[in-house]
Formats: sequence, structure tokens, C-alpha cells
Amino acid sequence: MRRNWIGGAFGWLWLLLVLLPIYFVGITSLKSISTYFGSNPVLPSAALAFENFTAVLEADFGMYLANSVLVALGTVIPLVLMAFMASYSIVRATGRFSRPLRSVFLLGLAIPVQATIVPIYLLIIRLHMYDSLGALMLPGIAFGLPLSILIISNSMRDVPGELFEAMDIDGCSEWQKMWRLAFPMTRPALVTVGVYQALMSWNGFLFPLILTQSPDKRTLPLALWSFQGEYATNVPVVMAAVVLSSIPIIVLYALGRRYLVGGMTAGAGK
Amino acid sequence: MTSPSARLDRGEHLDRVESGERLERAESVHSGERADADERVRDAAEPRPARGAERSSRGAPGRERLQLSHVLFALPALGFFAIFALLPLVGVLVLSFTSWNGIGAITFTGLTSWGEVLTRSTTWHGLALVVLMIMATWVLQTPLSILLGTFLAGRQRYRNVLAVLYFLPLLLSSAAIAITFKSLLDPNFGLASGLNMPFLKQNWLGDATLVWIVLLVIIAWQFIPFHTLIYQGAVRQIPQTMYEAAQIDGAGRVRQFFSITLPQLKYTLITSSTLMVVGALTYFDIIFVLTQGGPGSSTRILPLDMYLTGFRGNEMGVASALAVILVVLGLGLALGVQRLGGKDASASQTEGA
Repeated sequence: MRRNWIGGAFGWLWLLLVLLPIYFVGITSLKSISTYFGSNPVLPSAALAFENFTAVLEADFGMYLANSVLVALGTVIPLVLMAFMASYSIVRATGRFSRPLRSVFLLGLAIPVQATIVPIYLLIIRLHMYDSLGALMLPGIAFGLPLSILIISNSMRDVPGELFEAMDIDGCSEWQKMWRLAFPMTRPALVTVGVYQALMSWNGFLFPLILTQSPDKRTLPLALWSFQGEYATNVPVVMAAVVLSSIPIIVLYALGRRYLVGGMTAGAGK
Repeated sequence: MTSPSARLDRGEHLDRVESGERLERAESVHSGERADADERVRDAAEPRPARGAERSSRGAPGRERLQLSHVLFALPALGFFAIFALLPLVGVLVLSFTSWNGIGAITFTGLTSWGEVLTRSTTWHGLALVVLMIMATWVLQTPLSILLGTFLAGRQRYRNVLAVLYFLPLLLSSAAIAITFKSLLDPNFGLASGLNMPFLKQNWLGDATLVWIVLLVIIAWQFIPFHTLIYQGAVRQIPQTMYEAAQIDGAGRVRQFFSITLPQLKYTLITSSTLMVVGALTYFDIIFVLTQGGPGSSTRILPLDMYLTGFRGNEMGVASALAVILVVLGLGLALGVQRLGGKDASASQTEGA
């Protein structure tokens, strides 16, 4: 077949557009403030300045990082477990129960999360959880459930029914079938969901904004935002903060990429 | 019904994926499935309904009796979802008939909040901006995503590498992206002076028109990768035989794209458009960090107006009424796009890997 010149040129141009801002962040974070004002913005500086990173680390970055990690773990682990168990129910229970169950969670896909912030704020206050990390986990779990259940139950449907029947013959309980058969067979989907929801939690901005107040409860995106306010003129330091806040999630992506991309296209690509 | 051997194949496929093999092996399995699909095309020229029928017959064996354990397994998720997602959804409607400043007592005030929402000019302004946002993002992102997705669907190794890199913007938080572009667009220390392109030297965030160009470009930068991946997956599922047949008939690449690729992407287009349209309804982080609704109120779209009204203006009742409008708009748009496509795409989001 002839080469696809138009597609190719377009593809490489898009790559350039994707990489340019990332490159800019990288080189700027390594410039001292005087170099930043004096040099060409798109060229890297010969003298690498790590002072920006030191400044970010000294500005409580470690605490924000810990907050983000805690919230992500506290959201993703219960979320994946609950979504897995509910998916088992949707796939294995009789239709009278599983169909409405599935519909309820599918409905959740259409709820714009933003629209519920006032009642969630009220709920969290009434639970005496305002300004705590736990307050960020609860709505994160609830709104992560629909998509997670969709992906996991679709994957679980591909487990051959004979395997369940074989375990029935062996006298296994539903609990055993769930953990010894369904769990290992759906592990790729569980990893997909886990990585994706960790990403969502990590980058979440709205819930931290409305449900927390004190600086020591900030997660990274919120910290980044207030950081930008404080260091408005010192762009290299702000860029260093952007780099540091993104590194953990890029590492996670590198580890779970195969599952993440495969699962997302499988879940939405039809 | 699927034959037992076919089921075995599927189990084996899962095992392979699970045991963490490399991409190439997974792809060889994939192409095996493709051959399988090709056969079905020859048989029935209509691959998708055939697949759907096969799926339903392969689904859970109809258990007659509801088992208690199944109910118990679903309870934690159901409980959580009911309390922290469904209850707020009902709550927002209830709160829209009240007055609440966010701290004190909540008082029932009937239609007062609604009266204010419907007569405020910011509501209609915000609504118009949301509609503009939805249309502009769709028009900008859909053609680009389809083109990039079709390009990435090629099996060349470098295209897999490109797909990895394309994904990067999806990893970054909106706050990080907004901050990055803010400095990138700085007239003196950003791209304009770096590339020596004077036309880039604009007051990007201070002009009511330019700021919209900036927002649309940034949002496209952030979300096109996601839709590109969806289309890439879909294009790879189109049976190769269709293209071979078209080539024999003498159709060129462009003709093939419009006669085979595009029509075959119909359901993917519905899914992608639904996500895009409903997503555009709720852009918040980017705009909040980048402009706070300004300059003036030129980017104060409805979700932002709702946040500012409730959490800055302390009018939670009015904010709730605005939220109800958002929910209705979201559901209406989702249903509208599906109706337009003539199929419930959310129910068809199955398999494909």
C-alpha cells in the first residue's frame, strides 16, 4: 500500500504539540530565576539549577505528596474491592436482581459529579468529616464505582461458565468461586481500574477544593494551585512543582500502561 | 452457542494477558480474533449484531433462585453509591428549594432560589457559554481524534511508541496543565519570544475572544489523546477483508476512509461523542485555575458559576438550582446523542480487547 503521507505528517505534528509543553516544563524547572529572565525560553540552560526542586521540597511538598498517596490508596483499594464484588453479583446473580443492579450503576455514569458538590459538602459536614482526608475518599469511591463496575463486569463475563460449574461440582461456595476463580481471571481488568482510578484521585481538584480548608490537608493539585499564587513570579520553582507532582503518576503509568490503555479502549471502544 | 473449544480459546487468551506477556504476543492473539471476525463477515456481512447475540448467549447461566450471597456481595457498593452519589443527586433537588449560606441553618424557601436563578443574567450567560463549549470542543476534537486514531491503528511499531507518548497529557492534572500553559503563553518569557513569533505575543488570558481560543486548545490538548485511543481500538477491529475488497474494486485510501472506516466507526462515534459532550458540560479545574471565569465573565461557564455562587457567594440554594439545570442538561445531552445514533451505546460497551 502507498504510504500515508497526510496521516504521517499529522501524527508527527501532533507529537510535537504534545511534547512541546512537557519539554518547556522540564527545561524551565532546571533554570535559575536569573537564567529564566535572561535566556531564550525554549532553549535549555547549560547550567542546570536544582535549587528550584530544593525550594519545592522545602515548601512541604513531602506532606502534600503523602496526602495524595493516602487519598489515592484510601480511595482505590476499597473502590476496587467493592466494584469487584458488585460485578460478581451482576454477572452471576439471577437476572431479576442483576439487571436492575446494573442499571443503577450505569445511571451513575451520566451523573455530572460537579452538580453534586453542594449536597456532598453538606453531607461531609454532617458526618463531621469536613477538612479531613477521609472526606476526599468517600465521594471518590462512590463516583468511581459505575465505570469500575462496567469494566470489571464486562471482563468477568468472559470467564467461561463451565469453570464455575466445575467449582459447583467440587462443592465450592459463592465466596470461594469469587476469590479463587473470578478474582484471578479478572485481574487485568482490576489493574486497569486500579490504575485509572488512582489517576483520577491523584489529579482530583474539585473535592479537595470544597471539602478541605487547612494547608496540611492539601493534596498535590490543590497545593500546586496555591503554590502558583505564592510564587507567581518565580516560574521555574512553579515548574519544578509541576514536575515533582507528575512524576509519581508517570511512574505508575509506565508500570500499568499495558493494562490501562487496553482496558480503556476495551471499555469504551465499541 | 459458542463451542467449548472457542470458550477454551477465550480462557487461554485471558491467561496469556494475565501472565503478563508482552504486547506482541497479545497482538498475535488479537489478529487471531480478527481472522475469526473476518470469517463471520463472510458468513453474515453484519459482524456487530452477530457478536452481540453471541455475547448474550454466553452470559451468565440463568440462575432461577436469587442467592443471599449475591445480594450481600453487592451491598457495600450499593450502599456507598446510594449514600454518596444517589442521595446527593436527590439532595441537590431538595436544596434547590431552600436557602442556605453554607454554615447556618437551612430554611425552606420554596421557589425563591429558582426565581433568582431564572432571572439572573449570569445563568443564561453561563448556559450559553456551556453550549458554545460543547459545540466547539466537539467540532475541534472529533475530526482530529478520528484522524489520529486511524493513523495510530496502523501496526507499525513506531505508531505504538507514538500512542504511548500521546497518552502523556492524560496523566497530568488539570491544575498542572493550566499552570504550564499560563507560563507558556507569557508574552515575554514564553513561546512568543522563544520561537520569535510576534503573532504569539498576545494578551491571551486578558482578551474575551483570545481566552476562548486558549481554553479550547488546552482542553483539546488534554482530551484528544483519550478519544484518539478509543478510535484507534475501534479502527483495529474493522475486518481487514473489507479493505481488501475495496482495493480490488479500485478504491483509493481516501475513498476507503469515507466508505469503510467512517461508517464502521459509527458506534464508537456515539460513545466518544457522549463522553465528550457530557464532559464539556463539566470543565471546571482548567478554567478555575486559568481564568477564574475572567476576563470579566467571559469564561464563567455554568459549572464555574455554580461553584462561585455557592462557595464564594454563600448562596447554596441558588447553586443547587443551577446544579439541577446541569444534571438535566447532562442527562438530556447523553440521551440526545444516543438517540441521534439510534442505539444505546452505553449498553454496548463490551469486549473488544
